[in-house]
Amino acid sequence: MEHKARPLNKKFWTPGVMVMLVFMAAGAVSIIARFTGGIGYVTNLSDARPWGLWVGVDVATGVALAAGGFTTAALAHIFGRHNYESITRPALLTAVLGYTFVVLGLLVDIGRSWAIWKPMFNWNTNSVLFEVAMCVMVYLTVLYIEFFPIVAEQFKDRVNLPGILSVFNNLVDSILKRGDAFVGKIMWIFIILGVVLSCMHQSSLGSLMLVAPTKLHPLWYTPMLPLLFLTSAFAVGYPMVVFETTLATSSFKLDGEMNILTPLTRITVFLLGMYMFLKIGDMIYRGTYIYLLQGTYQTNSFIVEVLFGVMVPWVLLLFKRIRQSRTGIFIAASMIIGGVILNRINVFIVGYKSPLSESGYFPAPGEIFVTLGLIATLMFIYRCVVTCLPVLQAPEEVSS
Amino acid sequence: MKLTRRTFFKFMGAAGSTVVGRASSANAWESKAPPDSYGCLVDLSRCVGCRKCEEACSTVNGLPAPERANCQCTIFEKKRRPDDTAYTVVNRYFTGKLDTFDKPLPTFAKVQCMHCQDAACVSACIVGALTKDETGAVHYDVSKCIGCRYCMVACPFEIPAYEYDDPITPRVMKCTFCYDRIKKEGGIPGCVTICPTEALTFGKRETVLKIAHDRLRENPGKYIQHVYGEKEVGGTSWMYISAVPFEKVNLPVLPETPSPKLSETIQHSLFSYLWSPIALFGVLGAVMFTSKKHTDHSNRKGGD
Repeated sequence: MEHKARPLNKKFWTPGVMVMLVFMAAGAVSIIARFTGGIGYVTNLSDARPWGLWVGVDVATGVALAAGGFTTAALAHIFGRHNYESITRPALLTAVLGYTFVVLGLLVDIGRSWAIWKPMFNWNTNSVLFEVAMCVMVYLTVLYIEFFPIVAEQFKDRVNLPGILSVFNNLVDSILKRGDAFVGKIMWIFIILGVVLSCMHQSSLGSLMLVAPTKLHPLWYTPMLPLLFLTSAFAVGYPMVVFETTLATSSFKLDGEMNILTPLTRITVFLLGMYMFLKIGDMIYRGTYIYLLQGTYQTNSFIVEVLFGVMVPWVLLLFKRIRQSRTGIFIAASMIIGGVILNRINVFIVGYKSPLSESGYFPAPGEIFVTLGLIATLMFIYRCVVTCLPVLQAPEEVSS
Repeated sequence: MKLTRRTFFKFMGAAGSTVVGRASSANAWESKAPPDSYGCLVDLSRCVGCRKCEEACSTVNGLPAPERANCQCTIFEKKRRPDDTAYTVVNRYFTGKLDTFDKPLPTFAKVQCMHCQDAACVSACIVGALTKDETGAVHYDVSKCIGCRYCMVACPFEIPAYEYDDPITPRVMKCTFCYDRIKKEGGIPGCVTICPTEALTFGKRETVLKIAHDRLRENPGKYIQHVYGEKEVGGTSWMYISAVPFEKVNLPVLPETPSPKLSETIQHSLFSYLWSPIALFGVLGAVMFTSKKHTDHSNRKGGD
């Protein structure tokens, strides 16, 4: 593997980082409030509306947007398209952080956070959530193993622990070397396993709502929901890479990597087209288009999701001129990402209707602060990691 | 990636034999309803709204006393739902029925967990904290619960309530069918013991269902010809008969298909013996092996 990934030697404390810190502080305050006053103290959740922003965005959307990790691994390592290897590391980092924050979000959302280990010993194989939880748990472990060589690459032969810990320098170095050599031999297992586990839980996240046929709006409730979740995860993987790479290369003033991003958007045309075909085909097959013009906030949200999140960006990407423009692919990728975010929000929040009570729901400030705080922390750690580990592609002169 | 021909085939041989070795895949979905469970019939035409059942329920289950327990009038001005302090509540509905003096006639409806035969909450619960007991009770074991609230998402009757104000050890709260009482010989639920108008009838589900149909047949014109809960979402332990349409007393119109059927069928046909993940692993492994060989080959030829 010919990586030119290097740690970035750039100014760390920018105004953007300061803004992140403000959000992180607000999130921390809300999390403290949640663990002292209860979920009811900081959220607008109720008996009729048990899942809100934290499940819809922190968990479901978080998992979907981390799809860049397994889609790029599949492309570069399984399908042998080695020219894409430069994007696998940032995508892997996003997946590692994304899934870590899915688990952190879950810890805030579930009522008994200290009991999160219990599914390992109390199995309900009928439960879709059980399968999702198991997959996410194993996949997170796989992701950390996949990330290990990046850490090893940076610190091998230059372990230099501070103070008294320096007596462990040789030990840590040999752990890194042996671990790296061992993981390197069996890495192919983890790479395939990561893709398999992703396919399993990305689809099963869609199956979650199938147990409540009377509570999800028919525009979204379909036996195809797992397949739609899977294909939309496929479709959003490369746009996430485009989105991140564009942001990171602009922020750090690096090469835009259009030679890689443009071909990625061509694959996206195919993957997004497949999702669009299934989604619209399913709507026609089940005849749910009769709801489209009802004009309620639910049906309007569906129209926005499909029109601006799927159809428009698909058409945009058909044009060669847009695929070759940095701004063009950034806009299209952002729309696709927005469409998938809105889809998850629609399935878990907007399309959900309690059968008996009025359960109009809008997240409370506390919920929003927690979500924004988690996202800001994720971005902060991303910046820390790319600053000190070889993740992003950088020319020689800026590396440390 | 050190993927040699030998390790690959060794790995895939093991995986392949697992796939072949598994039994036939398409296990048809079967109801998991217990065979000889209990049931309870609510005859809405007999209920007078005395709310004694609410009081008995809170006493038996150690819950706070019902809101304004002796009030049988203004309490009905708001529609109440069971919550984390009350497993059952009675509501009053004016459905357009008039008495002999043309005054609107109220219908009172008690609501509690229906204890579904194939309960969505039981299927959904990530840790199996909710189980369908052989008595018919959908039983909650707080020691397993992690508080994910998927049961509340799944429930078609919007029943499980949550202790949202407890930061560390919140519980899911819902009618227990007085599980501790009915599992003993001759035990009956608290609410049934106290009902002064015999609006509640407890017994074996089969027996209670027969009583319901007998009442519908023996009182022509009095009842809607439907036993609510006989077939809704595959059948429930609590069932209702009524003189007014059920949707007018907040009992939702529901399909006869048990809620968990679709998701369980999908899950088990895809993941029993993990056949599909193993097969996918095999296919991806083969692709990886082929593409690697291809790359090695072109490298040897000096290509890049």
